[in-house]
Amino acid sequence: MYDKDGEKYFVVDAHIALWDGRASNHKNIHGKQFIDCFYDYHKNLSPEEVLWDYDTYTYYGGQRLMKDLFDDGYVDHAIFQPAILGEFYRNGFGQTEEAFGLAQEHPDKLTYNHAYDPRNGEAGLEQLRRDAERMNLKGVKLYTAEWHGDSRGYKLDDPWSRRYLEECLELGIHNIHIHKGPTIRPLDRDAFDVADIDKVATDYLDLNFVVEHVGLPRLEDFCWIATQESNVYGGLAVAMPFIHTRPKYFAQIIGELLYWLGEDKIFFSSDYALWTPKWLVEKFVDFQIPEELTEYAPITTAQKKKILGLNAAAMYDLDVPAELRLPTEAGDASVEVAAGARS
Amino acid sequence: MIAIATSATSSTSLSDRVLAALSGVTDPELDEPITELGFVRSIRIENACVTVHLRLPTSFCSPNFAYLMASDALDALRKVERIGQVVVRLDDHHDSDKINAGLAADAGYVGTFGVEAEESLDELREIFHRKAHTAAMERCAEQLLRTTDVTVDDLHRVTLADVPAGPHKEALLRRRVAVGLGVRPADPLVVSEDGQSLAPEDVPLRLRFAKSVRISMEGNAHFCRGLLATRYGSTA
Repeated sequence: MYDKDGEKYFVVDAHIALWDGRASNHKNIHGKQFIDCFYDYHKNLSPEEVLWDYDTYTYYGGQRLMKDLFDDGYVDHAIFQPAILGEFYRNGFGQTEEAFGLAQEHPDKLTYNHAYDPRNGEAGLEQLRRDAERMNLKGVKLYTAEWHGDSRGYKLDDPWSRRYLEECLELGIHNIHIHKGPTIRPLDRDAFDVADIDKVATDYLDLNFVVEHVGLPRLEDFCWIATQESNVYGGLAVAMPFIHTRPKYFAQIIGELLYWLGEDKIFFSSDYALWTPKWLVEKFVDFQIPEELTEYAPITTAQKKKILGLNAAAMYDLDVPAELRLPTEAGDASVEVAAGARS
Repeated sequence: MIAIATSATSSTSLSDRVLAALSGVTDPELDEPITELGFVRSIRIENACVTVHLRLPTSFCSPNFAYLMASDALDALRKVERIGQVVVRLDDHHDSDKINAGLAADAGYVGTFGVEAEESLDELREIFHRKAHTAAMERCAEQLLRTTDVTVDDLHRVTLADVPAGPHKEALLRRRVAVGLGVRPADPLVVSEDGQSLAPEDVPLRLRFAKSVRISMEGNAHFCRGLLATRYGSTA
């Protein structure tokens, strides 16, 4: 919970990880390249006083995670969104058992979403059924640019991907978090294109599709499909830290999202440990759209409350203390969809 | 900063022509020259051979765009008169080996990427030409809205002749040519994704979407520049 100027905010960090990027876990050079790329993101977009050293960044462990999120970071509840990256790391990048164990230990604070790869075919489906039961899964995290043998990506509307989504429906896994990456097969097309999300969102109306990084680097295409589909949401992972380095650009992102998606479909995320939530929460509560951007209305306290936590709490049925709620329900996807686009 | 090394016998005019050729190569996603983005790491001219090293903001920048920039650079350099042998190499990318081998062997896109490639990158390039045109169109429209008494409701009547001369208009005309649109003064400024005229009532939403495209491209350019500077420190 974050308390500022007499307002109390319930905070859900909707995208966190517990990874192992240490050299001992690298399968090949790509393991090193991947964690180095993450570390450059961290260094480029963090305020100087919250920079980590490289070794801490490669592996920080569960205790540090609990402290950064819940003791220091004002977070009430956080959701693991793991990337497996089995072609780069011996034991995977996201540490499944360690993260799942933490979530079991702190069910009030942590939700564990798991990852699957539809290219694992029938055997993977069977594994998904077992994981859903053991982990009581409400959501999954899909990375479409994951490498897999000689394939370096897939689309959500591929036949096997559709079978997995249908299985999710059967298993009661309703929240599909999607992270687009730079590779796909064939390379003829734009790997970041979100058209496949549009197709499956239309076909599986009982699933929620949360597009991580609000579709960046294709913010515009994401906004466009989100106006067409009532079950498409945006996660602010990676977009959040621009609040520090590029506040005007951050204001434009938020302005566009409020216009195209509306205030009920945007989720706060630190993308921990890419960044830590404390400074992001503080800056977001203090944030206002600059006056020079006359095309956007000022962001309200109620909108900030929804984005910081109430929207994700509604999707994940989290118990929000009465004094932290809004008079009207947040996260009601049926209202204000593409409010701006329709006016 | 681009490190340029020339042997005593080569002329400075050749290095100028090499730089000029490379400045005509753009990052398709960002619609900016690779020379201005800091993607040209070094140029070495010696013994009738020009070697250019390229670099990108991360190891994981999209391999298809990485290949496009590297092969465009090679094509542009080969058009420089009396240039001799040309070598283009992409450094520090997860597909550096594959792309450099493909460039060295003149293998083309399909030959470079093998089973991962289907046909060509023409459609990909076309998509980003269209985005670049959309963003350029929005800048011109926005300039009119801010500096004249033209309103959004008048925009459907605005033609290229109404757009004041300047860098925004020059950029727009170049982008129009790239997507196969005319540049006649009577041509409408605000057109659909595929260059068609719009009904007056459709213009405001088209402009609104064009604004998102422009913000997205500018934001990505900020991000790429920042990451390149972080990755390569003071040499970026």
